[in-house]
Amino acid sequence: MIEMKNVYKKYRNGVTAANGIDVKIKQGEFAYIVGPSGAGKSTFVKMMYREEKPTSGTITLNGINLGELKNTKVPLIRRNIGVVFQDFKLLTKLSVYENVAFALEVIEEQPKNIKKKVMDTLELVGLKHKARMLPTELSGGEQQRVSIARSIVNQPKLVIADEPTGNLDPDTSWEIMNIFEEINTRGTTVLMATHNKEIVNTIKHRVIAIEGGRIVRDEQRGDYGYEI
Amino acid sequence: MMNKEVITDMKSRTLARHFRESFKSLARNGWMTFASASAVTVTLILVGVFFVIMMNLNQVATTIEEDVEIRVHIDVAAAEEDQENLKNEIEQLPQVASIDYSNKKDELSNLIDSLGDEGEAFKLFEQDNPLNDVFVVKAKNPADTMGIAKQIEDMEYASKVKYGQGSVEKLFSVINLSRNVGLVLIIGLLFTAMFLISNTIKITIVSRSKEIEIMRLVGATNSFIRWPFFLEGLWLGILGAIIPVAAVSTIYYYAYDYLEPRLQGHFIQLLEVSPFIYQVGALLIIMGALIGVWGSLMSVRKFLKI
Repeated sequence: MIEMKNVYKKYRNGVTAANGIDVKIKQGEFAYIVGPSGAGKSTFVKMMYREEKPTSGTITLNGINLGELKNTKVPLIRRNIGVVFQDFKLLTKLSVYENVAFALEVIEEQPKNIKKKVMDTLELVGLKHKARMLPTELSGGEQQRVSIARSIVNQPKLVIADEPTGNLDPDTSWEIMNIFEEINTRGTTVLMATHNKEIVNTIKHRVIAIEGGRIVRDEQRGDYGYEI
Repeated sequence: MMNKEVITDMKSRTLARHFRESFKSLARNGWMTFASASAVTVTLILVGVFFVIMMNLNQVATTIEEDVEIRVHIDVAAAEEDQENLKNEIEQLPQVASIDYSNKKDELSNLIDSLGDEGEAFKLFEQDNPLNDVFVVKAKNPADTMGIAKQIEDMEYASKVKYGQGSVEKLFSVINLSRNVGLVLIIGLLFTAMFLISNTIKITIVSRSKEIEIMRLVGATNSFIRWPFFLEGLWLGILGAIIPVAAVSTIYYYAYDYLEPRLQGHFIQLLEVSPFIYQVGALLIIMGALIGVWGSLMSVRKFLKI
């Protein structure tokens, strides 16, 4: 599904965030991206959804070369990728339902499909009964679930999560992980950059460790491997 | 700038959404809407007033330009044939638009008429008219007047050539200067307004940067994101143009009423209220719309990374 070949990324300020990355991720995989702060995890995931372009090397997503992709085509590939952030990025003036529906409206989905898709997705994340509430009336974990619902409502093949549990307490983090597990068992590829040692060591998946912009370890069913 | 394909295939439902969103945003950002529209208002009032003055100056200038004529006094010694030859010679100059003959009798009666009561005294000259017969020559382009006059001076039987020497040159340079200065000022004002508006709209966009970020993340096209802002700019511009259009029209209406009778007989004819204020109104609205649209598209560009 995703293949990076000899990828380098040097920012204008001189920071090298990717220093020769080669990696392949298959459809349906679940992979953790771990590593110390500033190791290049964020750049790694940003290049996957084409928020950043590599300086050299190639990244292909389902056969499409992201480095050569025209800016005007970026929206089309984004429709197949769901992205979840640490800070949820919800629109506070819109209800839970509207936040999720927003993702479909702006890609001009048929209105008749929107309601069903949104309600089905809210049911999956367990928030159907809070559809009319505003994000500010929800707990952090619930807000993250809304954000996840928004990222998967268009049924993308790939979900990228950048520290999704970074702002949540341990109990809530487990709930969020269960949702990602559920998404993954339905065949969606999940890539998760995380600092959460406990989760990585408990829910075993592939672990890709990045340090200094390089992959230093890549293990199926690996461990977090760092002391905090 | 806008992606044409997307516009042409845009469904009416999508367009309705953009309209709705643009109005919602105007309402939601009430104070910013007010500020942006006010910026347009202030600028357009200035531009409007300036434009009205400039157009009238132009009108006056044109009237005066049209009145510039060359009076060729024909030598008293010239026989009828000689006059005919002179006329032909003048007509052959390429820059000449028209030539009219006025004999000395007409000249005297014109003079008497133009002087009113004091003219009576000149009636004595009717017996022995000291004036010359005159050719009144008009140039196709008033600026050529001097050149034509020079050429006529050299012709036989042209005893004196008068065209308001000195004052005509001065008039033309004053007219040209005021036109250019006016144009530069209007363009300057418009640019200032555009940057003012672009900055104000930027603030409304900053408050919605999260919305734009999410749209980009979930795969909304750039033109989809741009549309509501495009419309919002359009509304702001039109909204801002309302007061200037009303104010400039009203002021012109009363100013015309007041000035017109007082200016009569001074060769100054103001532009008629009826077509002029509609033209100015349409111009101001179009300018407002353009400023608004340009300003908002400038500001949204940064957020779209294009």
